[in-house]
Amino acid sequence: MTAPLPNPLNTANPLVLYGETFASRLLLGTSRYPSPQVLENAVKQSNPGMITVSLRRQGTSTTEAHSGFWDLLKKMAVPVLPNTAGCHSPKEVITTAQMAREVFETNWIKLELIGDDYTLQPDTLRLVATAETLIKDGFKVLPYCTEDLILCQRLVDVGCQAVMPWAAPIGTGQGPLNPYALKLLRDRLKVPLLVDAGLGLPSHACTVMEWGFDGVLLNTAVALADDPVAMAKAFAMSVDAGRTAYLSGAMKAQQSAQASTPLVGTPFWHQS
Amino acid sequence: MRIIVNQVAKEVPDQSTIDDVLLLIDAKPPFAVAVNYEFVPKTRHAEEMLREGDEMEVIAPVTGG
Repeated sequence: MTAPLPNPLNTANPLVLYGETFASRLLLGTSRYPSPQVLENAVKQSNPGMITVSLRRQGTSTTEAHSGFWDLLKKMAVPVLPNTAGCHSPKEVITTAQMAREVFETNWIKLELIGDDYTLQPDTLRLVATAETLIKDGFKVLPYCTEDLILCQRLVDVGCQAVMPWAAPIGTGQGPLNPYALKLLRDRLKVPLLVDAGLGLPSHACTVMEWGFDGVLLNTAVALADDPVAMAKAFAMSVDAGRTAYLSGAMKAQQSAQASTPLVGTPFWHQS
Repeated sequence: MRIIVNQVAKEVPDQSTIDDVLLLIDAKPPFAVAVNYEFVPKTRHAEEMLREGDEMEVIAPVTGG
């Protein structure tokens, strides 16, 4: 299997988070793939800037099933972004983050503080203080949050150098449900913004990149595709396409038709 | 004494350290440890003594989204 060609755009205009440069604006989750081999091939095909990982109690069926996961991580050699998935309190988040830092030997953390099990909506009321605590403890925090402008602004105020608003609830694949709020966020906040959660199609990723978002983080849309490897490639291409379109400057939409073919010299023009 | 390891009750000798318990459960690296929901760095595993009723968590890397 051949590696995708490097996109010159990524070299000329790379994603920079907390002062570090990443090879791609696509961040890819590692969960729910049919097999480790499929995961590895999906990563090869999409060349993500980071891959997300997590922690669970040792000795459970989950960790036993993934006993080779550590070796695979080392083999893939892609920067890892541990998450605090499943945490419902600031205390759980902080302890999990500290454990992740030791296991994965990284200060990066995807902050997930769940407030509602049905929607997996973040606990926005406690998210900001938790992010601040982690930042003071030396973490580079990428907070998973809603698209609320004030929440995102407060996360920036406490030191988050990037913010990751959801497009839709995790795993739903519904695409951006609130374009107004997401576009407003992009317009108002100057830090890197990555859309995290809820993307189902490459066109969803392309759309938010066209709006000026700096990257996307997704998992289920690739892992549960009939062909995850091909879908990973499709998402990588769509992220590049959306970024290129954003930098290219789109035309303004018009209310009335405007002929693209010149009308001067048209034969038989309005003769009847 | 009786402690809880990954939500399972265990009988361990008095004055067992975290390292003693990790040996007892045959923990496979890489892992990290928390006791009573507080992270304990590996530099303290050899000296940190457990007490009756302590809850110890040993976690390992898994896939994530």
